[in-house]
Amino acid sequence: MSAFEARNLACSRVGRRIFAALDFTLPAGGALILRGANGSGKSSLLRVLAGLLAPVGGELHWDGKPVNDDPEAFQDNICYVGHGNAIKPVLTVHENLAFWSKLYPPKSAEGYDDLLDQALETFSLTTLRDVPGRQLSSGQSRRLSLSRLITSPARIWLLDEPSVGLDDVSLKRLEAAIAEHRAGGGMVIAATHTPLDIADADLLLLQDFAPPAIDPELLENSW
Amino acid sequence: MTGAGGIIARDLKLALRQRSDAVMIVLFFVLTAALFPFGVGPEANQLAAIAPGVIWVTALLAVLLSLERLFLADYEDGSLELMALSPVPLELTVLAKVFAHWLTTGLPLIAAAPLIAILFNMPVSALPILALAMLLGTPTLSLIGAIGAALTLGARRGGVLVPLLVLPLYIPTLIFGVSAVDAALLGFPVRPHLLLLAGILLISLVVSPLAGAAALRQANE
Repeated sequence: MSAFEARNLACSRVGRRIFAALDFTLPAGGALILRGANGSGKSSLLRVLAGLLAPVGGELHWDGKPVNDDPEAFQDNICYVGHGNAIKPVLTVHENLAFWSKLYPPKSAEGYDDLLDQALETFSLTTLRDVPGRQLSSGQSRRLSLSRLITSPARIWLLDEPSVGLDDVSLKRLEAAIAEHRAGGGMVIAATHTPLDIADADLLLLQDFAPPAIDPELLENSW
Repeated sequence: MTGAGGIIARDLKLALRQRSDAVMIVLFFVLTAALFPFGVGPEANQLAAIAPGVIWVTALLAVLLSLERLFLADYEDGSLELMALSPVPLELTVLAKVFAHWLTTGLPLIAAAPLIAILFNMPVSALPILALAMLLGTPTLSLIGAIGAALTLGARRGGVLVPLLVLPLYIPTLIFGVSAVDAALLGFPVRPHLLLLAGILLISLVVSPLAGAAALRQANE
């Protein structure tokens, strides 16, 4: 059984410790919801998991093996949807999605066009297929960004505020897509403020791993 | 390799749909060069003498002006993160983007250069050497510029910082680019100058993807 594990993970940005001693284990088909106040490190944690940000301490394990042994091979397991939608205003919806799915090739080239259509259908973008990116509303842009998940062969979905700007129907579709992904043994780690209906998901509260506040007196003495 | 090809195709498509960007760079090149006769006077021999230098310096400035669009838009909309996470090595991504940049900037400049050469009364016999020297020199300008563009991502006032970083590194290309054309005009052998330009190109071909990718990783953090 494959599992994704973090052991004693610590992260700092610009010299400021954000979280420390963070552990979690995510089995196949599992889901993890990250909760915490603004600036508590949800996005940073997702960036660490994606491999964009190097942790200052701790390890990630995939299938019982340290990710650091072969970080590039591990990245094939990741599909990251961050704050940026990565949509080019002069490319059409279909061209935008096609570019990313070529860069992250699906397991087999067979049925590739169908896969793209299916991804667009999942987030009801089929009618917008030939609309240039600049004409999309922010919610539509978000849906296009999320549709990359469907074309990706990755096992682990890392979602940073996936539901921002989504209407109720799209939110239901996202929840359904997540449920289907998990039913196939996939894993989901999502940072979100809005309630996202994900069945028996584990909850990770970032404030539990915040470093202890530094004693101001101690700081003064060290000058 | 298909991934890198996809990046080149995408950047070319983007450049084609935002044609005005590339057209503006070429116009800047021609207009800036056309200012010199007003500044130094219309004496034909004098203009012919400064032509190689003017063409190279203005081409260099035009490339500098175009560097911003190399990475900035992709950095701001999150595309660069996704490219860094993709199975395509980031070094290859940098190389692909630089190649697309050269096709849409360097190549049009080479095409426009004869126009300025004729405007400056430069002997037509030197045009092939000018084109050859630019063919070897402008890719170096894109490659070195990519390092500067990548390093200044996320920096405040990055646009001002790029020339400070990049211009000193452009000097060797400028020197041998101009001396190749001068040698052709004076009837000296041009081969050594072209070989030196090719040498600089080969060095930047190795250094630029490595340094550029390292800078992009830093920017993505």
